[in-house]
Parts: sequence; C-alpha cells; structure tokens
Amino acid sequence: MSVFKAEIQQKPPIASVGIFAWLRANLFSSLFSGVLTVSVAYLLYLSLPPLANWALFNADFVTSSNTECTRQGACWAYVIEKIDLFIYGFYPAESYWRVQLAFALALFIIAFMRLARGRQWRFKAIILAFLMYPFVAFVLLYGGFGLEVIETHQWGGLTLTIVVAAVGIIASFPLGILLALGRQSKMKIIRLFSVLYIEFIRGVPLITILFMASVILPLFFTEEMNVDKLLRALIGITLFQAAYIAEVIRGGLQAVPTGQFEAADAIGLNFIQKMSLVILPQALKISIPNIVGSFIALFKDTTLVLIVGLFDVLAMVGLSSSDENWLGRETEGYVFVALILWIILYSMSKYSKNLERRFSTEHKI
Amino acid sequence: MARLRSIFSFLYKNEIRAFLFQLLALLAVAYFFYSAAGNLFTNIEKLGFRTGFDFLNLEAGFDIDEHLIDYSTTSSNLRVFYVGLINTILVSFVGIVFATLIGLIVGISRLSNNWLISKLASGYIELFRNIPILLQILFWYNILLISLPHPRKSIEFFDSIFINLRGIYLPKPIAESGFIWVVLVFLAGILLSIWIKRLLKKKHDSTGVSGHISGYLLLLLVALPGLLYWWLGSPLHFDYPALKSFNFQGGMSLSPEFLALLCALSIYTATYIAEAIRSGIESVDKGQKEAAQAMGLTSGQSLKLVVLPQALRVAIPPIINQYLNLTKNSSLATAIGYSELVSIFAGTVLNQVGQALEIILMTMAVYLTLSLLISLVLNIVNHKIRIKQR
Repeated sequence: MSVFKAEIQQKPPIASVGIFAWLRANLFSSLFSGVLTVSVAYLLYLSLPPLANWALFNADFVTSSNTECTRQGACWAYVIEKIDLFIYGFYPAESYWRVQLAFALALFIIAFMRLARGRQWRFKAIILAFLMYPFVAFVLLYGGFGLEVIETHQWGGLTLTIVVAAVGIIASFPLGILLALGRQSKMKIIRLFSVLYIEFIRGVPLITILFMASVILPLFFTEEMNVDKLLRALIGITLFQAAYIAEVIRGGLQAVPTGQFEAADAIGLNFIQKMSLVILPQALKISIPNIVGSFIALFKDTTLVLIVGLFDVLAMVGLSSSDENWLGRETEGYVFVALILWIILYSMSKYSKNLERRFSTEHKI
Repeated sequence: MARLRSIFSFLYKNEIRAFLFQLLALLAVAYFFYSAAGNLFTNIEKLGFRTGFDFLNLEAGFDIDEHLIDYSTTSSNLRVFYVGLINTILVSFVGIVFATLIGLIVGISRLSNNWLISKLASGYIELFRNIPILLQILFWYNILLISLPHPRKSIEFFDSIFINLRGIYLPKPIAESGFIWVVLVFLAGILLSIWIKRLLKKKHDSTGVSGHISGYLLLLLVALPGLLYWWLGSPLHFDYPALKSFNFQGGMSLSPEFLALLCALSIYTATYIAEAIRSGIESVDKGQKEAAQAMGLTSGQSLKLVVLPQALRVAIPPIINQYLNLTKNSSLATAIGYSELVSIFAGTVLNQVGQALEIILMTMAVYLTLSLLISLVLNIVNHKIRIKQR
C-alpha cells in the first residue's frame, strides 16, 4: 500500500519574493541603476535633513518680532502674525465676514450642483446661480445696499488673487465663444478680425497687455470715465484670456462631426438655435478638460498683477517683510505663498487630469 | 403683412445676410478705433505728451549694468531698445538650452524603471510646474541675495572665477587677429562632417556597408582647428577679473538678476519639456517596440531607429511652443530688474519720456515678431517630421 507523503516544499529564493524582489526589480535592476539609486539616495540624505531642520525642527513659531526669532531655522511666527494680510489684504478686519460669506456661498453653490446631479431643475439652477452669484459677490465684497463701501484699493491678498482669476475666467468666456465662432465662420471679414485678435494676443506676453491696460487704456476713454486700477487689470486679463479660451473652444468645435451641423441645418434651425442647442453644448463638453487647463494657466498668471501695482498674495510678501518688526523674512513669505498656491494649483491639475481621463474617448488597453 | 415680408425677403438670403453682418462688424470695429483714437489724441494733447518716434533719438541718461553692445549714459533711447532686445534674446537662448537639458534628463528619468529616480522626477515636475513662474523668479533672486557673500569675501575658483553679491565674474576671452581663421576652419569642419555623414548614409543605403564618422570628426573638429591654433601662436587670451577698491573690474560678469531669471525660467520650462518628452515616448505604440524586438534589433537600435523618430514627432511641436513661452516669460524680469526689453525699455524709458503708446507697441511688435518666427520654425519642423505616406 502506498502512502502519500507530502514533500517539504522548498521556499522560493529570497531574491524573488517580498521586499528583496521589489528592491531588486525597482532599485537595483542593473549595475547602472544601482549606482544611480545609491548616489541619489546619498544626495537626498545630504539635502533633506537641513531642509527639514530649517522648516520644522529649528523653526520659531511663537514670537512677537524678528529679534526674538533666535533659532537657526525659519521664523514662521512672521507668517502667523501676518496671516490676515496674506488672505484679506487691507480689507477692514470688521468686514472679513463679507469675504468669508462670499467664498462660503461659492462653495455652497458648487456642493449644491454636485448634490443636484440628475435632477431636472439642475440646469436651470446652475444658470440662475451663475447669473446671480457675481452680482451677490460684488455687493458683498464692494458694498452698497446698506453695506459699507470698501474701495478696491483695499482689496488684496489671496482674496484679490481669487477674485482676479474668477472674474478672468467668467468674463472671458462669452468673448472667447464669440471669437471661436468667428474664427470658424465662413464670413471672411469676421474670420480675419478673429484670427488677428487671437494671434496678436497669443503672440505677446501678458505683462505687455497689463501695461497696455494700466497705462494706455485710460487714454482711450474720456476723462469722466475714470476707470479703477483693479478694473483695468481685470479688463487686460479678460482680453488676454479670451484669446486662449477661444482656441480651446475652437478645438471643441472642430471635434463636433459635420453631420451635426448639417442635421441642425436640415431641421431648419437658425444660426443662434443651431449653435446654442446643438453645436455648442457638444463642443463645450469636449473642451471642458482644456478649459480647466487654461484656467490653471490663468490662475498662475494672476500673480503678474503685482507688476502693475495691485497687492495680490505674492505682493504681500514684499509688503509685509518691509515691516520693521519683520525685516528680511522674505524667504519664509515666499515659501508660505508658494505652498498656498501650490496646493490650489496642484489640486486643480489633479482634477483636470481626472476630467481628461473621464472624457477621453481613446481605447483603454 | 405677407407683402411686407416678400419685400424684405432678400434679407433671408444667406449671402446678403452675411454681407450685411460683415459690414456691421467692420463698421463697429472702425467706430471703436475711431472713437478710441479720438479720445487718445485729445487726452495726449491735454496731458502734454509728445507723439511720434522722435524720442528714440533722445539721450537716455541712465546707466545699464549689462550690455553686450556699447552703451553709456549718453546713448540714445534707441540704443536702450537694442540693449534690452539683445539681453532678452541672450537670457531666452541660454534658458532654452538649460531647460532642454534639464527637461530631457527629467523626462527620461520619469520613465525609468528605477522607482526612486522616476518618483523623484515626477516630484520635480509636480512641484515646479504648479508654482507661478513670477514667484519662482522672486524666490531665486531672494535666495541669491541672501546667500551670496560681499565682494571682499568672494568665493573663488582658481583665482579666475569669483562669485559674490554682484554676480559671477568670469575670465573674458579676447580674440586676436588670427583667431577668426580658427573659427572659420571649425565651422567649415562642421559643414564637411554633415556632408560626410550624408555620404556615408547614402553608401549604407545602397550597399549595406556602414562606415564610421568618428575619425573624420576628430580630424575636422579637433585636430585641424587645434593645429591651426597652435601654428598661429595661440591667438586667444583671457582678461581676468580683479578686485579694485569696491568691486571687480575686467573679465565678464553675470548679474544675480540674470542668474535668478535663468534659474527660474529653465527650472519652470523644463517641467513642461519633460512632460512633452514623456508623452512623446509613451505615445509610441507598444507593438512598434515589440516589432523591433521581433526583427532582432538591439534595445539601443530599437530606441534609435524605431522609438525616438516616432516619439520626437509628437514631442517636438509642444517643446518649440515652450521655447516661445520661455521667451515671453523672460519679460517678467522686470520684477527683479534684469535689464531686458520690458524692464529697461517699457519700464525706465517709458517712465522718462511718457510715450506709453509708442513704447508698448514697439515692445509688443518685438514679441510678435519673435512668436511669428518661432511659429514659422514650427511649421517647417512639422512639415519635415510629418509621416511620409507612400
């Protein structure tokens, strides 16, 4: 009678499972790779600890002035003391609630739109919100209707950065759509104007357009139309952004199949009906990821308004570190502002990557 | 009512509508320019500004630290324009070279199968492309200003390179009369090598015999110019910087403004170039690499003959666009005061003569020309690298 006896199973070699296998495949797959790993790890060992010491372990967090920041590292107490300046600029402290309310309202609208997904009235609600919100936000930030007026030269910091970016994207949208349609139009003169405008704007740096808006624009108007400094920058940014949005939307328009145009013509829609009911909804949907991409670029560009004398969040570094209590703390200021902007921009770029994946029609392997 | 409609029925013709619509647009644009120009001239008259381009011949009256062409305070405003233009081109060109190098390294590292290297590369990309370029310029400038030593305590290398708060001082090469011949021979060597390379390729295509170019390269680019240089008696010497009272004199110097701008521009643009290179390489179909392997090409041959030609077709157009962006971004130097076009011409000169319209239009024209040139190059490149169908 034969009896089955289990053999002692041999374990797989240590180099082909577990952490060793991972190390071997990912860090030491060849001699070159191994040398590279070791030298890069050594460089990181040299550079990371001093950075961490500066930023955290040797840093001062609670002091009341520069001279009390005695440790070798960063002086974050400066950032903590100036945090209101970084966020609200010169906005009067007793009115901070107005800024907070305006942003809370925006967040509420975004959350509401997500919750209402799939409801019939969602579309109408979105349109209503987009038409109402800018007006409400303007009254909240600027004043009027019983609220004390706060002039735009008191606006600043992150608030101003976000206002400029938001106005830039929303205001440039209608103009961008018109330009994109114009560039696709069969009418030669319209097309010529659109092409000239778009290529001109895209060919020059934003800073020259901001100079133009802040120095030359006032000369174009009669003297009674005294245009506010912030408004001038906003006009410049809007005109600039419109050209880029136009190119993005043109990409969407080109992706709509010709059959859609012909079908809309065939059922007897006029131009406006054809565009607003058939073509643009499809074209805009296709271009959403690129619109977000262009918004990210715009958000980065808003820092340029400091060159024409507006106090956005970046300008606050120079301003606050010239306070005699906190002289020479630019580095901490720049790092702090970089961190804030990086968090905003990084999450937006992740979001746009996400959208791109969701909207992509490529075959997934 | 019906009759009225039939009278106006011509309005329903597409051609006529299009014509009327365009006429309307033309009139609207013309009116806009007319009224804007009208306001402009009354306002300029009221403010007492001069108009026209006469200001270009006036004396500038301020000093510029960095100029590659002769400049002094008595030079004209036109000279300032040229100095600024040359500095813009200089920083853009050097920036493009560095951005391409860094971008190439990071882009390839991003695809490395070494985990550490690829994570580091993607960390670099995510970190620097999500921080506004202006912030990066200001940051590096600030770091340079607080970390560089006073001129008296300069960091030295070999008694000829000095680094301090005023910038980097390097020996300046000065060519004597014969040196031009060495340069000419070297340039001729490059042309000849290209010709030989073509000849060798033709021979390889028709006979299958491959020749090596390295010997010719050594002869044409190193040996011949070197021999000539020695024969002419080394017609090149260096002017070394030396400390005189407060600062270094002689040699050539790179200012901290230039270095900060260069650093920020190349680090920032490199992230985009790296992404372009990565997406180019990733765009090559997996089947192409497998086919190359199946044909028995080595991995080096497969990269050189199959993957790269296809990857570059995707990667080059966005990279050229980034070159244009870098050039446009160099205008942000005005925030730290590097003497490029926007900073000294649209900044200092504008403040002095106040003729904003003329000056800003000239500045815009420069950038427009540059971007048209770059799109021209892009078109030519696109034409060259397009897929050639049978």
